[in-house]
Amino acid sequence: MSMKTTLSNFNLRDKGAKVWANWGRPQRTVFAIAMIALAGVVPFAGNYSFSNFLNTPISNFADVLVYPVGMFVLMSLGLNIVVGKSGMLDLGYVAFFAIGAYTMAIFGKWTHLNTWEILPIGIGFAMLAGVLLGIPTLRLRGDYLAIVTMGFGEIVRITALNTQKIGGPNGMANVPNPPSIHTPIGQLDFNIMTPNSFYWFVLLLILLTIWMIRRLSVRRPGRAWEAIRQDEDAAELMGVPTLRYKIWSFVLGAGVGGAAGVVYASKTLYVSPDTFTFNISVLILSCIVFGGIGNIWGVVLGATFLAYLPERIRFISNARQLVFGLTLIVIMNFRPDGILPRKKREKFIKSGSEAGAK
Amino acid sequence: MHTLISQFWQLTFSGAVQGFIYVLISLGYTMVYGVLRMINFANSEIFMVGTFATIVMSRDILGHQPNTPNLHGFTLLYSMLFCLLASMLASGVTAVIVELVAYRRLRSRGTNRLAPLISAIGMSIVLSESVSLLTAGRAVIAPELLHKSSLFTILGANIRVDQLLVFIVAPIMFFGLQRFVNHTRLGKGIRAVSMNEETAKLMGVNLNRVISITFLIGGLMTGAAAFFFETVYEATKFNIGFNIGIAAFTAAVLGGIGNIRGAFVGGLVLGLLETYASAVLGSQWKAITVFVVLVLVLLVRPNGLFGEAIQQSRV
Repeated sequence: MSMKTTLSNFNLRDKGAKVWANWGRPQRTVFAIAMIALAGVVPFAGNYSFSNFLNTPISNFADVLVYPVGMFVLMSLGLNIVVGKSGMLDLGYVAFFAIGAYTMAIFGKWTHLNTWEILPIGIGFAMLAGVLLGIPTLRLRGDYLAIVTMGFGEIVRITALNTQKIGGPNGMANVPNPPSIHTPIGQLDFNIMTPNSFYWFVLLLILLTIWMIRRLSVRRPGRAWEAIRQDEDAAELMGVPTLRYKIWSFVLGAGVGGAAGVVYASKTLYVSPDTFTFNISVLILSCIVFGGIGNIWGVVLGATFLAYLPERIRFISNARQLVFGLTLIVIMNFRPDGILPRKKREKFIKSGSEAGAK
Repeated sequence: MHTLISQFWQLTFSGAVQGFIYVLISLGYTMVYGVLRMINFANSEIFMVGTFATIVMSRDILGHQPNTPNLHGFTLLYSMLFCLLASMLASGVTAVIVELVAYRRLRSRGTNRLAPLISAIGMSIVLSESVSLLTAGRAVIAPELLHKSSLFTILGANIRVDQLLVFIVAPIMFFGLQRFVNHTRLGKGIRAVSMNEETAKLMGVNLNRVISITFLIGGLMTGAAAFFFETVYEATKFNIGFNIGIAAFTAAVLGGIGNIRGAFVGGLVLGLLETYASAVLGSQWKAITVFVVLVLVLLVRPNGLFGEAIQQSRV
């Protein structure tokens, strides 16, 4: 087996993992803090000449960083728990986003609760929906699960569209902004003029989600998901309660989607059924597969790129979706495992045995 | 409920017509699924291309205006035939291109199952956005080839000539396809690949050719559906494939995806259910009814009504 390093088998993730493994704790901490700080100052990049190539024409750069970029990263991480970690194809993820957003709109307008209080409620409702959908449907496999989840996404959207009480096709306007937060270094406002604070909040949610996934991955649930993904029957025979762990992964993914929905509604101040179409589910799935299914950093990279690209090339207005589609085809054909693929234990085993045969 | 009872036969007839259109489209999903075990996500756009091909043929090539005085006799016959052929051909060719661009390379490398799905989604975005650019995103009206006159009334159901055409020709095409798959050499190849790809290859089946032909046949059937759709509804848009594609895919799953007979039953059941549901609950809820029924069916019969696979003897 020749050691050719072509475009398609070059794996940045494995290289990065090797460097990371050689580092001690202080180096890792410094690196992580530096990366978080770097992500925190991205909204200012548009202001300086050396980085203003990042600026998005037409839409405000900081707004783009919240929606679509930040939201898509968050939702991709959530969906990655379902699709990437435990290998179930979910085509209706947008439903949880919609449930979060509508929870925010309904509670924000009809009660005196503020966004920070509604956030756990929204997550709770999304998770509840995840359980209710999961218990009957997670017995199905593969493509049947895909179509049932797709149907669920459409059911949520059509119900919102046809329920006049929550605005029907007009949606709900005047959703309240989150109240300000008082911090030792000053007051952090959340309104239409301060997209940066929303960005930092989304960043916080993303970091929490990454932390949660990383913790779970190395513990019992993570191992159970990995086993289910590789071979569900074998996992069941080995005593893994597959249905329970599948529902868990579904529910956790749903909770992340719900959180994204709450923040989205209180940022844009407006929710409408048109926002929560099947296309969003497809787009989020594309982000995952494009970036590298199952790998957190790949997913983050893929979601950032795919959410940002259409905004960056807005000057070719009508053709931007066309370019988006072409990008998907080309990248998938040349890097089918995504830009940053997950670590492949099987690959090492295989190449090892082939080397032995020589 | 009252409407359902008083107009039962009328609803049954139009539901069946709608169902037969679904049957033909769902063949595009089910055939591809049968051989590749993959969802042909671009099939909705293949349908869309067919509707536009029908219009291009009748309006631009045959020169019929949207307000054409009704055609008769021979002119009508060859106009319809040319439109049907144009639609089938355009959809068939598009399907083969989809296979070449989105599936072939990934398939030969044996990658994960999601990669071809995403490249097919990319292909479907490219197709619909190209058409959207060409038509400036507007709806396009088809010339009325066949005047929608009522032929006769049976059991209180008004039988329109265009619907009757679909009602008769679509099942004929379906049974033609079934004969093709069951009784020809190529059909045998398709069944062999659907049973076991590796063994079929060892037995000398040209895998790439069989898969291309499967896409072609799926495309031809979808194209025929596009023509029938235009005959009945006479308008199209770049995103027309989306909803009808979901419905047809649901139909395929309902009957048991990968199963040709299942596609027939699934499509018909779905068309009827949709029509009855919109009569009882109002048309805005029909999509939900369909999905609820689908979920219930899958809970009782997890492999659809008729089970998977083009050939049922698959283990």
